Amino acid sequence: MTSDIAAILAIDGIATGAVYALVAIGTVLIFTVTRVIFIPFGDIAAFTALTLAALDAKRFPGTGALVVILACLATLIEIISMVRSGELRLLPRALLFYLALPLAVVGLAWLAMRAEPPLAVRLVLALMLITPIAPLLDRIVFRPIADGTVLLLLTVSVALHFALVGLGLLFFGPEGVRTEPLTSLSTELAGVLISGQTMLIVIAALVFSGLLYLFFDFTLVGKSLRATAVNRTGSRLMGIRPARAGTIAYLLGSLMAGVSGILIAPVNTVFYDSGFLIGLKAFVGAIVGGMTSYPGAAIGAVGVGLLESFASFESSALKDVIVFSLLIPILIWRSLASLHSDEEIEE
Amino acid sequence: MTRLHVQLAAMAAVMCLALAPLVLSPFSITLMNYIGIYSLVAIGLALLTGVGGIVSFGQAAFVGIAAYATAWVSALNGYSPWLGLVFGVAMTCAVAAILGVVTLRLQGHFLSLSTVAWGLAIGFLFGNVEGLGRFNGISSIPPISIGAFALVSSSQIYFLIWGIVAAVLLLGYNLLDSRLGRAMRALRGGNTLVESLGINAFRIKLVTFVIAAFLASLSGWLYAHMSRFISPGPFDAGMGIEYLMMSMVGGAGSLLGGVVGAAVVTLLKNSVQDYLPLIAKGASGQLETVAFSALFILFLQWARQGIVPFVARYLPKIKRERPQPAPPLPRRAQPTPGEMLLKVDGAERRFGGLVAVNNVSFEVRSGEILAVIGPNGAGKSTMFNCLTGALRVNKGEIVFAGRPITHDAQSRIAKAGVARTFQHVKLRPRMSLLENVMLGTYARTRSGLLAGAFRLNQREEASARHEALMQLERVGLGEKPFELAGNLPLGNQRILEIARALAADPALLVLDEPAAGLRRQEKLRLAELLRSLRADHLTILIVEHDMEFVMSLVDRIVVLDFGSKLCEGAPAAIRSDERVQEAYLGGVA
Repeated sequence: MTSDIAAILAIDGIATGAVYALVAIGTVLIFTVTRVIFIPFGDIAAFTALTLAALDAKRFPGTGALVVILACLATLIEIISMVRSGELRLLPRALLFYLALPLAVVGLAWLAMRAEPPLAVRLVLALMLITPIAPLLDRIVFRPIADGTVLLLLTVSVALHFALVGLGLLFFGPEGVRTEPLTSLSTELAGVLISGQTMLIVIAALVFSGLLYLFFDFTLVGKSLRATAVNRTGSRLMGIRPARAGTIAYLLGSLMAGVSGILIAPVNTVFYDSGFLIGLKAFVGAIVGGMTSYPGAAIGAVGVGLLESFASFESSALKDVIVFSLLIPILIWRSLASLHSDEEIEE
Repeated sequence: MTRLHVQLAAMAAVMCLALAPLVLSPFSITLMNYIGIYSLVAIGLALLTGVGGIVSFGQAAFVGIAAYATAWVSALNGYSPWLGLVFGVAMTCAVAAILGVVTLRLQGHFLSLSTVAWGLAIGFLFGNVEGLGRFNGISSIPPISIGAFALVSSSQIYFLIWGIVAAVLLLGYNLLDSRLGRAMRALRGGNTLVESLGINAFRIKLVTFVIAAFLASLSGWLYAHMSRFISPGPFDAGMGIEYLMMSMVGGAGSLLGGVVGAAVVTLLKNSVQDYLPLIAKGASGQLETVAFSALFILFLQWARQGIVPFVARYLPKIKRERPQPAPPLPRRAQPTPGEMLLKVDGAERRFGGLVAVNNVSFEVRSGEILAVIGPNGAGKSTMFNCLTGALRVNKGEIVFAGRPITHDAQSRIAKAGVARTFQHVKLRPRMSLLENVMLGTYARTRSGLLAGAFRLNQREEASARHEALMQLERVGLGEKPFELAGNLPLGNQRILEIARALAADPALLVLDEPAAGLRRQEKLRLAELLRSLRADHLTILIVEHDMEFVMSLVDRIVVLDFGSKLCEGAPAAIRSDERVQEAYLGGVA
C-alpha cells in the first residue's frame, strides 16, 4: 500500500465515518434519554435517501404514506390509553401532535411537490417527511414498555428494525438509488483529490454536532434532556416529562440520521435494507464512546469508518466480518471500564 | 397431581408424536420436522436466556456452523453424515467455548450486544468463504442413513428429529433438577449470591452457553441433512432473532416452552404466508416480516411471560413428597473452640481519595459471636465485603483458619468455610425454600453435568435434600419446604438465608445487618436462633446497626467510626465507653 492509496483510503474512511458519526450521536442521544438502543436509526437514514431520490424523480415518496399510517396508529393508541386512564380532556392536544402535525407535514410536502421545487427545498422536504417517523414509532412501540429492562427494549428495537426493513421494501421498492451530488466542486490537498461531497459530509457532521452542543448547553430544553438522561425520576420531580424529553430526543436523532442519509446518498447506492449496516456500524462507534459520550461516539464512528475503508482495501468481502469482530474486544474493554464503577456504586 | 401423572402425560405426548405420521399429511409432517429442528435451538435458548439470564441473538450462527461443517464433510468430501455430526458438534462447541471465554464476563446488555456482533460476523462469513459455495450455498447433501437404511423422506427423518427432541427434553429437565441445574437457575439475579455460595459463576455460564450451542449444532446437523441443501440465508441475524422469539413466546424459563414456541411461531408464519396474499394482493414476502415483527412486538408489550408459564398457572400443582432421611453429607473438620479463627491485620480500603476502612485489626475466636458496629458511614459494609472477598483490601492481611485469604476470590473464601447472608436479602424467589437451601450445599457436593442429566447423582441428591430439610427445620422453616421463597415475609427470608448459609457447613457465619427491617418479634426470634447456633459451637460475625439487638446477644464488640477502629470489648464495657457514646450521640454537651 503506497502513501497515496493510504491517503485516499483515509479520506474515504473519514467521510464514511462522519456519516456514521451523525447516526452514532443520535443513537447515544436516544439511549441516554430513553434507555432504548435504537437500532433502526440506520433505516431512518436509508429512508431519507430513498425519499430524496423519489422527490428528485418527481414522484411522491412512500414516506408520506408511511407517516400517515404511523400517525393514525399512534393517535389510536394515544386515545385508547387516554380512555383507560380517564384523561380525555387531553384529547385535542394528542390529536394535534400525533395526527394533525404529521398529516400537515405530509400535506405540505405534497403541495410543494406540485411546484417542482429546487434541490434545497427538496432536501428540506425529505427531512420534514422523515423526522416524524421515529417519534411516532416511539409512541407506538416503546412508550408502553418504557419501564422495561434495557434488554427488553433492545429486543423490541431489533424486532422493530426488521419490521421497518419490510415496510421499506413495501413503500420504496427493491431498486437502489443514488442521488445527484450536492456539489461538483473538488479541491486538491497535498496531492490528493478531495471531492466537494466528501468535504460537505465532514463539514455537515461538524456543524450538526456543534449545533447539538449549543442546544444542550445553552437551551432549557437541551438541559432538561440532559437532566432526564442523568436521572429520570429526579427530573420528573423537577417537572420534566420523560415522555416529552423522549419525543424531542427522537426528533433530534432522526434529524441527524436524515442528514446522514442525504449525505451518503450521492456516494453509495442506497437500498431499502441498507440501513441495518449503517445503523450497526454507527452503533459500534457509539459503544466506543460507552453509549454516553457524544464526542466519544463521534470519534468511535470515524474510527469505524477508517477501519472499514482500510479493511475493504484488503478484502472487500470480509470487511463487515472484520468490523463486527472488532466490536467484541471493544465491548470487553467498555464492560471492564464500567464494571469498576458498578462495584463502587454498590457500596 | 403427582409425579406419576406428569409421567403419564409425557408418555401420552410421546405416543401421539409416534403415531402422528399415520394421520398427518406429508406436508404437515414436513412442518412438524421444522418445528422439531427449531425446538432444539429454542430449548437451548430457554436454558441460556430464561434460566441463565443470558440473552443471545446469535444462536443461528451456531446452527449454521454445524450445518456447514456437516455439509462440508458429507457433500464436499464424501464422508458419512455421522462423521459430519461429530465434526459439526465439535466445531460448534469449540467456537462457542472460545466466544464464551471471551465474552461471558461482559455485563448485562453488553453481553447481548456481543452476541449480535459475533452472530453477524459469523453470518457474513458463510456467504463469503470460497470453499463453502458463497451465496449459492452447498447442494446435494446426502441423507442420514442408519445402517443401510437412508432417511430420505420427511416421514422417515421425522422419528430421528422428534426422538432427539424428546431425549433433549428429558435430559434437560433432569439437569435442571440437579446440582449444576440449580446453580444455572441461580445465575439470574446477579453474581454476588452465586459466588458467595462457592459457585464459580463464570464456569456455570460457560457450561450453559456451550450446552445451548450444542443443541443448536444438533439442529444444524438435522437441518442440513433434511433439506439436503444449505445457503447462508437460514443462519443470518434475522433467524437469530426468530429463535429468540420462539423461546420467549413459549415462555423463556421453560424447556417445554421452547417446543411450544417453535410450534406457535412456525405455524403462525405458515398461516401468515397463506393468508396475507388474500388480504394484501401483490404484497411480497416482506409483508410477512412486517406482520411477524409487529406480532412479536405486541407479544413483548403484552405477554412477556410466555405461553407455558401462563398455562401452568391453571394446572394443579405437582404434589411432592417430603425428602426421606438419607446418609448425611460429609462435614468439614470444625476448629476447636477458643482457637483463633479469623484475623484481620491492618486492613485498609480506599475508594479514590476516600479511606473507607483505615488500618483496622481484630480477631474472631472460634465459638464466639462477635459484632462489628458503628454509625452510618463507619465502613462496616466495606469491611464486611473485604472479609468475604466481594472487595479487595488495598493494604493489610486477612487470615482465616490459619490460611491467608487476602487475595482470594469470593467463591474460594466460601469454599474455605465462610458462609454469609446479605443486608438486602438475596434469594431466588422462583425457587422453593428447599432448593434455595440446597444451593448452600453446592460446595459440599460433587456431581457434574452428565451425572445430573442422566440421573446418576441420586444418592448425593437425596443426601443434599435431606441436609437442606434438616437446616430448614433447624431454623424453624421446615413446615412447607416446597413453598416459593418469594412468598415469604422479609423476616423469614432472612432466616432462610441463614439456613442456606448453614447448609454449607460453615466454620464461620457472617451476617450483614440481619436485623435490618425486621419487626420486634422477628428480631427476638432471630436472636434466639443465633443463640442456639452458638450453643452448637458455630462462630458468628455480625455487622449490625441495631444496638439493642447486639448488646443482648454477642460476646464481644468491635466499634468502627470513620473507617477506623474506635475500641473493642464486652458489651457492657462498650456501652459505658465515652468515645462510643460520642460517636453515636455526638459530643457530650
